[in-house]
This record gives sequence, C-alpha cells and structure tokens, in this order.
Amino acid sequence: MAASAQEKMNIVIVGHVDHGKSTLVGRLLADTGSLPQGKLEQVREECARNAKPFEYAFLLDALKDERQQGITIDTARIFFKSKKREYIIIDAPGHIEFLKNMVSGAARAEAALLVIDAQEGIQENSKRHGYLLSMLGIRQVAVCVNKMDLVEYRQEVFDRIEAEYRKFLTEIGLQPRAFIPIAAREGQNLTEPSARLNWYQGPSVLAMLDLFEKAAPIDRKPLRLPVQAVYKFTESEDTRRIVAGRVESGSLSVGDRIVFLPSGKQSTVESIEVFNAPAVTSVTAGSSTGITLTEQVYVNRGDIVCKAGEPPPQVSSLLRVEIFWMGKRPMVLDRPYKLKVATAQTTVRLKAIDRVIDASNLKQTDKKEIGRHDVARCVLQTAAPVAFDLAGELEATGRFVIVDEYDIAGGGIVLEAIDDGQTGLRQNAVARDLNWDRSEIGPEERTQKYGHTPALILLAGPVGLGKKDIAKELEKALFAQGIKTYLLRMGNLLRGLDSDLEMQRLERREHLRRMGEVSHLLLDAGLVVVATASNLNDEELAELKASVSDRNVFLVQVGLLLLKNSVIDLTLDPSAAATLNSAQVMALLKSRQVFLR
Amino acid sequence: MTHLEKIENQSVYIFREAYANFKNLAMLWSIGKDSTVLLWLARKAFLGHVPFPLVHIDTSFKIPEMIEYRDRLAREWKLNMIYGQNKQALDEKKTFPAGVLTRTECCKALKTDALVNTLSGKWPRYRMDHATGQYALDTNTEPYTGVIVGARADEEGSRSKERYFSPRNKESGWDVGDQPPELWNQFKTDFAPGTHIRIHPLLDWTELDIWEYIEREKIPVVPLYFDQGKGERYRSLGCFPCTFPVKSTAKNIKEIIEELKTGKFKNIAERSGRAQDKEDGGGLETLRREGYM
Repeated sequence: MAASAQEKMNIVIVGHVDHGKSTLVGRLLADTGSLPQGKLEQVREECARNAKPFEYAFLLDALKDERQQGITIDTARIFFKSKKREYIIIDAPGHIEFLKNMVSGAARAEAALLVIDAQEGIQENSKRHGYLLSMLGIRQVAVCVNKMDLVEYRQEVFDRIEAEYRKFLTEIGLQPRAFIPIAAREGQNLTEPSARLNWYQGPSVLAMLDLFEKAAPIDRKPLRLPVQAVYKFTESEDTRRIVAGRVESGSLSVGDRIVFLPSGKQSTVESIEVFNAPAVTSVTAGSSTGITLTEQVYVNRGDIVCKAGEPPPQVSSLLRVEIFWMGKRPMVLDRPYKLKVATAQTTVRLKAIDRVIDASNLKQTDKKEIGRHDVARCVLQTAAPVAFDLAGELEATGRFVIVDEYDIAGGGIVLEAIDDGQTGLRQNAVARDLNWDRSEIGPEERTQKYGHTPALILLAGPVGLGKKDIAKELEKALFAQGIKTYLLRMGNLLRGLDSDLEMQRLERREHLRRMGEVSHLLLDAGLVVVATASNLNDEELAELKASVSDRNVFLVQVGLLLLKNSVIDLTLDPSAAATLNSAQVMALLKSRQVFLR
Repeated sequence: MTHLEKIENQSVYIFREAYANFKNLAMLWSIGKDSTVLLWLARKAFLGHVPFPLVHIDTSFKIPEMIEYRDRLAREWKLNMIYGQNKQALDEKKTFPAGVLTRTECCKALKTDALVNTLSGKWPRYRMDHATGQYALDTNTEPYTGVIVGARADEEGSRSKERYFSPRNKESGWDVGDQPPELWNQFKTDFAPGTHIRIHPLLDWTELDIWEYIEREKIPVVPLYFDQGKGERYRSLGCFPCTFPVKSTAKNIKEIIEELKTGKFKNIAERSGRAQDKEDGGGLETLRREGYM
C-alpha cells in the first residue's frame, strides 16, 4: 500500500520530568528499526567520546540547547511507523517551566501516553498533565509505568501506582485505556510482551498504540462554519463575493438556507467555490471551503454559519468556562483581555471566579486571581455578544484562548452560556430582521453606489461637554465629502416621536429603544448616522447595539464615560476645537474602511 | 478524507488566518518544490488569487533555470513578485565562491542578512512591473509583519520544533525555548511593534506528500528535479556552488514518488546535497535562529 494512503495518527507523550518520555520514544524508534542507518552508532560514539553514558533519549535531542541541559524544552515531532499505520510522535517536555510547550504539543494529539516512574511514583506533573489532557479533549490515554527494572519488576509497585492514579483520573472524568508496566531503557514491553513482566496480560506499548482509534467524522452533527473572511478580488476582475471558512462540524450543500450568528442574518448557499478541482455541490466537516450567497447580507469574520432548522450555537456575552492559565502574569478580575473563540475575537473580562484549582493535587484554593499553571472555573464577560457552543456538545466551537497583550496566555472550554439579559432584545432584533420587508435595492448595492457602508457614530459623554457641536461639524464634514449622512438631533426625537414619554429614568430605556429603531431605519437606508447620548452605561450601549444588530456602530467618547465593559473606538478631548475633533472621527471612519473611495 | 486532503485543508485554513490577521503579509518563494506547493495552496485558499507579494532572495548564485522559471510563472499567474539581495557583499565579492567566506558565513550574508533586511524594508526591494515584464525599485518600504514560509517539520531537527505561527524578535531571532503556546488552531496573531511572525502552512507535510500533491494537482516544477539523462537529479535546490545532485534516474514525478517510496533515500537526508548544513554540528539551526528560513 502507498505510504501516504496509510493512516496517520498524532500521539503525544507526557509525564513528569525525568520519568523517561524521551527514552521511551528513543527506544521505540530503535526497536522498530525507524532510525536512519548509523544514527544509533553515531550517538553511541559521541557519548563514548564525551565519557558520558549512552541514553536513548539523546536520539531525540535535535537541538544543541537540549543536549546541554539534558531536558526536552519543546515538543519535537518524530515520525515512526507500525505495521498498522504511521505515527507522528510528539515528545512533550515534562519540566514545569515548559508547560505551555507541552500544552501546544498535546493539543494536536489524537491520543496520549502518560509516563510515570515506578520508583518515584506519581508526581506533581503526572497529575497536572493528566488534568490537561482531559481539558484539551484527549479521551484516549494509556498510562505507562516506566523503570520497572528499578523495582525488580514487582507487580505490587505497579498495582499501587495504578490504583492511586486511576482514582485521580476518575475524579477528573478520564477513563484510561490501559496501564502498561514497562522498562523503556531495557526495551521491556515496548514492542513485544516481556518475559520479565509475565504477570501482566495487557498490550505492549506498540500494541496499545495500534489499538487507539481514529475519531469518527463529525458530519452528522449540526453545521458550524466559522467565517474566516469575505473575499472580493475585484481588482483582479473577479466579481465573486466569497464567504470563506472551514466546516468544523456537519455538512453544507448548495441550496441550503443558512443563518449567521450572532447577527441572525439569513441567506441561501448559491455555490461552493473551488480552485483547480472538479465542481462540488456539498462539503463536509474538515473542508476549508468558500461559498457564495443568493442574497447578499453583511457578514463578518467571526460569525458562525449554521443551518436553518438545526440546533443553533449559543449567543451571549456571559460565559461560564474552565480556564487553564499559562501567562507570566496572573489573570485578574476586570482587566481587559482578548478572547478568541473559533474565528471570533472580542474584548473580554474576568467577572467572577467560582474556584481556582491547583491541578497538581486538585486542591481548591481561595485565590482571587488565576495564577500561572492554575485551572479555574469562572465567568467571562465579552464586550460584544459571541456565538459559541458548549465544549461537551461541539469541541471546535466550544474551545477558546485568551490573549494577554501579545501572547496566548490561557486556554479553556465553555461549560455554560449565561443569559446576559440581552437575549430577548437580540431575539427581537433577529425576528425583526428575519421578517424585514426588504428593499429591492440590496445593502451591497447601496454601499457600492454611495461609496460608503452605513454606520452609526455615537458621541457619548457627560452633559455639557460640547458633544452636539462636534456632531454638527461632523455632519458637515461628512456631507462635504459626498457621504450620505444625517445627524439625528435628540431634541427632535424628544419633541416628536417621544412626545408621549416622560423623561424620567424609567422612560429612558424606551427612549433609547426608539432611538435604536430610528437609527436602524436610517442604517437600512445606507446612511452614516451621527447621534449623541449623555451618560450612556454598558447596558444601554449593549441594547442600542442589539437593536441595530451590532452593525458598524462606532462609540466615540467625549470626556469620560462610566463604561467598564465596552469597546470605545475613539476618545476626544472636550477642550479641543469641534472641527479638530470632527477630523479625528473622520480619520477613524477612514481607517475602519467605512469609506470605499 | 484522504491524508493529502486533510493537510491541504489545514494549510488553506492557516493561509486564511494569516491573511485575515496581518496587514503587511508576504510569502517567501525560493522557487523550490516546497514553496511552489505553498504558492499553489495560496491559490487554493484565495480561489485562484495570491493577494500578497511573493519575495525571493536572489543570491545571484542560483541555478539559472530557477530564475527563468520564477519570472515565467510570475508573468503567467500575475504574481506580485519581489526580489531582494545583499548588493554590498556581491559588489565587494565577500562570498564563498569568491573564496573569502565559509559556506555558512556566505549563507548568512547572502541569504539571512538579505532576507532580514528585505523583509524589514531597510534594503531595496525590486518588484516586477507587469506592464514591462521587468523589475523596478519598489516604492513600498514598509516592513512585512507576517511572513509565510514553506518550512516542513520532517526536514531536519530544528524545524520539527516550529509552531504554525512563530514569532521572530526585532533582530529576526528565534527563541526556541520560549515560544508562545499554540492550541486548537488558535494561533499567535498579535505581535509587538518591530517584531514579526513567521507562518508555516506546510509544517505537517513530508517530502513524499509534496511530490504526491504536485502530481495530483499537476503543479509545474523546475526541470532540475528530474534526471535529464546523466543519471542524476537535484533533490533540493539552492545555489550552484553549494548544491549537488543526487544519483537518480527518476525522469518524472511518478518516478520520484516511486523512488521515495521504495526507500532508496530512506537513510539519506533530503538536504544531503546542501553543503552548508555540514560545516558545524548545527549549521542550519544556527542560521535559523538568526533569521534564516
């Protein structure tokens, strides 16, 4: 059979430092004849020259650094073949310092071998790695109790470790496939049953690897296609408007009615696009694809495409999650971070910590922050609502990472979607949009004709700082540039549409709802709408955004707003001239590509 | 889904993530088989288009057929083609062929230094003008913040430790021991000013995968990879003073695939014809840490 037609599987080897992971892999390579000719002899000679005892682990030390320090610092990929299939072995570092590397390696694996030293027994990272494997979603795990030669191959040592570690794995919901006694350095029970371990009836390491199963395709689950981008290569005379992304689960066919979440917009698949391949009419899980739509709707990177009639993903700005933290500085309450879930990105804050766990012993701590290498159950709040799934239902859209400054600092899984209070409003907006009596002129056509996308510019801040003056200047500046624009003057709203309202706190909500609906109409007309609002809070802003379906809203702060959880697009100095401030807003709109020309 | 389809889909996914996240994106094209497959995958990802510049580092010692082939494809596929080089070293003849530098030093000067300074925009970039078919000085000198590279994990030790999205510091250096985590197809797409990210869509591909994909997709490759009747062919392409053919009678793609499968090269490294790898214990890794691709 052709080598490439053969099955391939990614395996990660984890465990506490010095428990013999690299030795296990090195010996496995040597015993299965997977090493290049002369390699073994070369390393043996090198060791002899340096008066150093030979170790199988040296075979893997491709980097100079590692050989000097004698520990694996990063995951390395090793290719290896059994009669059944090809393996890509990821040798992950056991040292706590390099845990993020272990996580990176393990996250790519389909199955894992966890190594425990028979003499040293279960150590801190034996448990921590076990916990992380379960969180990373690796369900196929076999535990290798290594260095049995150092305990005279005694069964009771093995049995004791098995009992204790099995109990730990049960607590974290992981069912190991096997416990295998081995002596990696001596080659015992690696590729064949060992005579020294005749009390053991289970599979050897190699046999166990071949027993691991490939994951079943997830075509039958509901469709999830997170949008990576919308392409239009007009400069190359290509008029297609292609929504690109990978089918993470389910399947998609030409003619399917699809829904984009969180916006709730709907359309129908007109075609599935390919390059240098036969035409297709449907795609299944795993395909990186591109589709065109019959009705052009505004779609953003981060939206999740699902099928009308199938269970939709969750939409909320409050998520209960389990997080594993790898950042150099701890994750703290209320500091802004970036959340990346599927292809969506948004500002996120840690709102509440249910509990922080020390993953090396499962002990709960009463920490008020999530430190490096801690695992925590907590509540996250996003600045904008996001679409996602629960990790227990669909993994690809139920996992996320947290970015602190420039680096991924945490990874996690979604346990629950918490009602953020906007669900009703969002559903109303979705229902309104679904039943909207659409113009014969599509939004895309208006954008092309007008030379700009619709946008709502919200100038917000304390009373009396000259918001209205800036708004007037801005309307003039937009108009002068040929932009279809309108300044929504609050006084006019209050005296007309709102004349039945008493302007008390209770009625403010209704006023904002009406303002939102009027803005929505003006945006539907393709205009750039300028509006002002005093003392807007997070909740009110979220409601306003929900009523215009979150499309192209720019929040410009004049003076200081008491906002804790919203993205402010621009802050203006109230003491500067209104014309200068207006010019700053124009620059913002230009940089956000509101203007096409 | 076959293995080739799987790695193809993953590469396309990586390309699209790169394009969505980096404003100043470029792709290195060494004209070899790997980066030509990379170029093809870009066309897959963007449905026939390549929406970013392709950068070639011209050492002036490349085998002439390579440059001919580069410019032919650039014209046919309307590529945004750019080249850069270490003009000073070439003018002053500070090279290995001139007898002044060792092979590794020459690689550093003509490839690493040229690459680092072309990417940062410090040295001139020459861009193909499709109206004339000639190269002209590129007016854009902005640094590229995302650089797509065709490195494969199976090539040699140091490349097996790369991430899909791998940061380089201000001096283009690579800190192997302190790489950021990468999990579940979430990549490092944020970077500090002055630094850049190397993106590796081919990380999971092997030499055999590359040839099988070239065959499946009928991708045009430089004829140097085939035996022209002398009983030898190039397995890896580079500068002529430091690249040597291997003994082989494979005259076409099918025969190369056969050759790789039968295990003729099982115990011979792919880059064994590249003399600079052998100068010290970890020549290539040293080069890579300093910014070599």
